[in-house]
Amino acid sequence: MTPFSETSLPAVVFDRTTWTPLLELSAREVFEIMLSTRLSAFGDSADCNDGEFTALVGLAGSLCGVLRIRCNDQAARTMASKMLGMPPEEVDNDSWDALGEIANMIAGNFKGKLSGVGNHCMLSVPTIIVGSDYETRSLGGGNMIEVVFEFEGKPLWVTLELHE
Amino acid sequence: MSQIRALIVDDSSVMRKIVERSLRQAGLDLCKVMEAGNGAEALGILDTNPVDLILSDINMPVMDGLEFVRQLQTVEKLRGVPVVMITTEGSESNVVQALSLGAKGYIRKPFTPDQVKEHVLPVLGL
Repeated sequence: MTPFSETSLPAVVFDRTTWTPLLELSAREVFEIMLSTRLSAFGDSADCNDGEFTALVGLAGSLCGVLRIRCNDQAARTMASKMLGMPPEEVDNDSWDALGEIANMIAGNFKGKLSGVGNHCMLSVPTIIVGSDYETRSLGGGNMIEVVFEFEGKPLWVTLELHE
Repeated sequence: MSQIRALIVDDSSVMRKIVERSLRQAGLDLCKVMEAGNGAEALGILDTNPVDLILSDINMPVMDGLEFVRQLQTVEKLRGVPVVMITTEGSESNVVQALSLGAKGYIRKPFTPDQVKEHVLPVLGL
């Protein structure tokens, strides 16, 4: 991976108006290409307790923060099933792995859509959290974009938290 | 089409399975598919198992894909094995670096089976 010094990083200005549709598009593309599934906006207010699986991917460089996706067990299982082309009941720990890869691809796709960012932002390997009773606190303060999709009738949160 | 021995290197087991399926959908006759979770594990496999094609992620723990390709070039018997990178790290600098280190192609995730076919077959001379 190409190392870069902080002094060489281009200035990136957070722009919610532009970035929110780019984040949505990044997620939609990943689901359409890898799962042959079209995501739609979640109509009702989503119950936060319905997100027991979380995948986190860190961003470092000209964008610093975390991309997070959350869903319930059934949705994670269905994602793995669709990615692998196997019945959901045959999916085991693959559902965690699949969720992490999806988060990774959404993060990569998103940073690639931001002009000039791709070369100056690295992604971490994904981390999976099991359980919905937790809070995240960013030490850098900053900005957040969250979009909620409907996946197989269940909510799917895609959240981007960026440090100042 | 002759039989191909492939090594797929990715820390995601799901992605390794998807890549294998895409290779089969591309029409490759895979007689042997080996898997590794990082570059170091892949080098261990290659020590005793000859392959015709390597597909490797970049962003992996222990040894990333760029270091893996760099190490391959230091081993004479492995230098000629075509490597195609498959990764979310689709930045131009990573593409340039991977190709300069010896990779023969580059596929960005998310990818379709057609994209795998389009990038893999030429490096095999097919």
